[in-house]
Amino acid sequence: MKKYGKFAVLIVLILGTLIWLAAGGMGESKAYYKTITELGQMGDRAYDTRLRVAGDIEGGSIQRKGKDVEFTLVQENRKLRVAYHGNDPLPDTFRDGAQAMADGKMGRDGVFHAHKIQAKCASKYEMKPGQKAGGTSRAGL
Amino acid sequence: MENLGYLAVLLAFCLSVYAIAASVAGRLKGKPFLVVSAERAVYAIFFLVTLASGILVWALMTGDFRFAYVAGHSNRAMPALYKFAAWWGGQEGSLLFWSWLLAGYAAVVVFTNRRKHRTIMPYVTAILMGVQAFFLLLNAFVVSPFRMLAMDGVVTALPDGNGLNPQLQYFAMAIHPPMLYLGYVGFAVPFAFAMASLLTRLPGDAWIHTTRRWTLVTWLFQSCGILLGAKWAYHALGWGGYWAWDPVENASLLPWLTASAFLHSVMMQEKKGMMKVWNMVLVASTFFLCILGTFITRSGIISSVHAFAQSSIGRYFVSFLAIGIAATVYLILDRLDYLKSESQLESVVSRESSFLFNNLILVASCFAVLWGTMFPVISESFMGERIALDPAWFNRLMIPIGLFLLFLTGVGPLFAWRRTSLESLRRNFQWPGLAAVVLVAALIAAGVRNFYALISFGFCLFVALTILIEFYKGSRAIAAKNEMNLLRAAFELTHRNTRRYGGYLVHMGIVLMFVGFTGAAFNQSVTAEVNTGDAVRLGSYSLKIANMTEGDTENYTWNRALVEVSKNGERLGVLEPERRFYKASRQGLGHIGLRPRLNEDLYVNYVVDDGKAVLQAYVFPLVSWIWIGSLVLVFGTLVALAPSKVKRQYARTEVVGVTRKYAPVEK
Repeated sequence: MKKYGKFAVLIVLILGTLIWLAAGGMGESKAYYKTITELGQMGDRAYDTRLRVAGDIEGGSIQRKGKDVEFTLVQENRKLRVAYHGNDPLPDTFRDGAQAMADGKMGRDGVFHAHKIQAKCASKYEMKPGQKAGGTSRAGL
Repeated sequence: MENLGYLAVLLAFCLSVYAIAASVAGRLKGKPFLVVSAERAVYAIFFLVTLASGILVWALMTGDFRFAYVAGHSNRAMPALYKFAAWWGGQEGSLLFWSWLLAGYAAVVVFTNRRKHRTIMPYVTAILMGVQAFFLLLNAFVVSPFRMLAMDGVVTALPDGNGLNPQLQYFAMAIHPPMLYLGYVGFAVPFAFAMASLLTRLPGDAWIHTTRRWTLVTWLFQSCGILLGAKWAYHALGWGGYWAWDPVENASLLPWLTASAFLHSVMMQEKKGMMKVWNMVLVASTFFLCILGTFITRSGIISSVHAFAQSSIGRYFVSFLAIGIAATVYLILDRLDYLKSESQLESVVSRESSFLFNNLILVASCFAVLWGTMFPVISESFMGERIALDPAWFNRLMIPIGLFLLFLTGVGPLFAWRRTSLESLRRNFQWPGLAAVVLVAALIAAGVRNFYALISFGFCLFVALTILIEFYKGSRAIAAKNEMNLLRAAFELTHRNTRRYGGYLVHMGIVLMFVGFTGAAFNQSVTAEVNTGDAVRLGSYSLKIANMTEGDTENYTWNRALVEVSKNGERLGVLEPERRFYKASRQGLGHIGLRPRLNEDLYVNYVVDDGKAVLQAYVFPLVSWIWIGSLVLVFGTLVALAPSKVKRQYARTEVVGVTRKYAPVEK
């Protein structure tokens, strides 16, 4: 049984290290997904938690100030002004009307300060889930 | 046309249900004609799905914009290659592509085994057709690619389509999904054989010998798919990275990790009859992770930059996974007696133990990636909040895991089976170990302080040397005996045992890739707004904007910068990064300027927005070695697939009281 003891010790050691690494990293690198409505209800917590907020980019709201970019996210008629300060260029899909996700923190000035933006273009023909496919019918039926 | 395509899918679905019923009934009632009719149904399904796919591809190529799918993913100005690639560019098409590949694989399996494995083949057919039926169900009823666009009840064609996402209009991207899918889909076959042998309690490990090569081919496709994806990200996305721990990337990595674990632990079963339950678990996990991968990619359950599609197919996948996993777990638990191990672990320093730890690490890393990827879903169901983990978390965990694996890559193959003597350890590792220590000391002296980079370079040299010494020793012996030069001897050596030396080559590829990964610790970058005549400095490079032009083509408009590159005052040539704006999809895309060299890549991205031009330049040290390593990996896998000159019987280590334990090599 002694040799199995050695295996057990090694396995526990390896898994223990991994769990320790994983758990230690959780705190620093987690970001909460919030809707704009939920963001408004978070109170003071909103200012010191890393957040991810998604919405559509309001048409004509994109403004460039040097390296920074400001725009407005809209979700269910709620608006949020976002300022982007990242080093990376904005994604190719970032434009009026696209769906975007901002990763950052809420500022006390009421503007969301993002260090990362992801964007996805809303395709002309592709329907969102649950949305009734208007004007299309299945062939042969 | 579209009705014919839809009908073909529908018929194929009915046939797949029939094939399941007929092969199971035929097997249980002992009616061979039923089994054969099920196998013919498999061929018929392949024909029907090919027909349906052909119709869709025809519509894409000819621009039949009555099809919702064609209008959504193609346009007139697109080059023919990308019109064809639009087959797998969207949700409906790619699921049809999945079905087509599976039908093709199933037909090949049925054909090649028409006179072999007759006891398990009915179940193999039934399991493959079960998976096929699921995908055809999606093709026929949930996400049919044959939906037409209609106005007021009349089918109407649009003047032009939306175009394929420009980010996908890139050569590596046209072949990346098929490669990945060939890998994803291919794993259904080892899974079907494993489960069929469990169902029938087939004695011996016949399924392993039949599927080993199959697994390796599938693994090769998967590796190519992942690496092409990385290459695409590097060239097409403009941020210079090749891996970002994005959910869709992770989804492709998960089955690759378990498949790699399986390819190693399967040797334990072949040679020692150990780890049988474990292998079953690995084959099944790999298959279900492939399905999960398709699901994550296609359902957009985890928001991702890659999520090109979003839909309600999620619950179908979840049900399929739940039923499949439950059935597999039940089957394995019920047949545990059939999966008894024939020998035991003897020493911590042995080949067995190195395989054990290799598997432990691969599976642990798979679990870690799965955990990180699914964390938004997990946290939502347990804590009520969707929480994402960023790439830093993955790096923190995966870098040490990767380095430990790299270390095992070096030592594992040189440990002897059962136990290894201290003397042989010293003999094998003395010089490589010493060389690695010298290299690390030299790097520290040269001013490298990054801890992980030092460890990684040390291990890379260590592993590379152990592999080279193995080749050298073997070749020298052959060269001396047969009086040939070393190179011929090395070829001869590899030819005699392609599995072993092909495996070493794969390891070498991995080492070279790690050299490339490690380069990322020394990346440099600069971003600047530029005008004609400006110069940007980056490290020892100087980038001068000589000219800025713009133009127009049928498919897109473009802005281009002519950048003169010089290093330490010496002129090196020009780069022409370009920014395109695709008309049909109204989306921009960067075409980077790249100066690839073995020591470092100079990578220039050019963005024009609102009349402002921004130049982003990066220096990526050693990145080229990732692509070189990939080629070595592919070559090594091909070598391992080639038949050995010497056919060998793998005699198991003798086990008292167990007879008939010779594992015949596949015919």
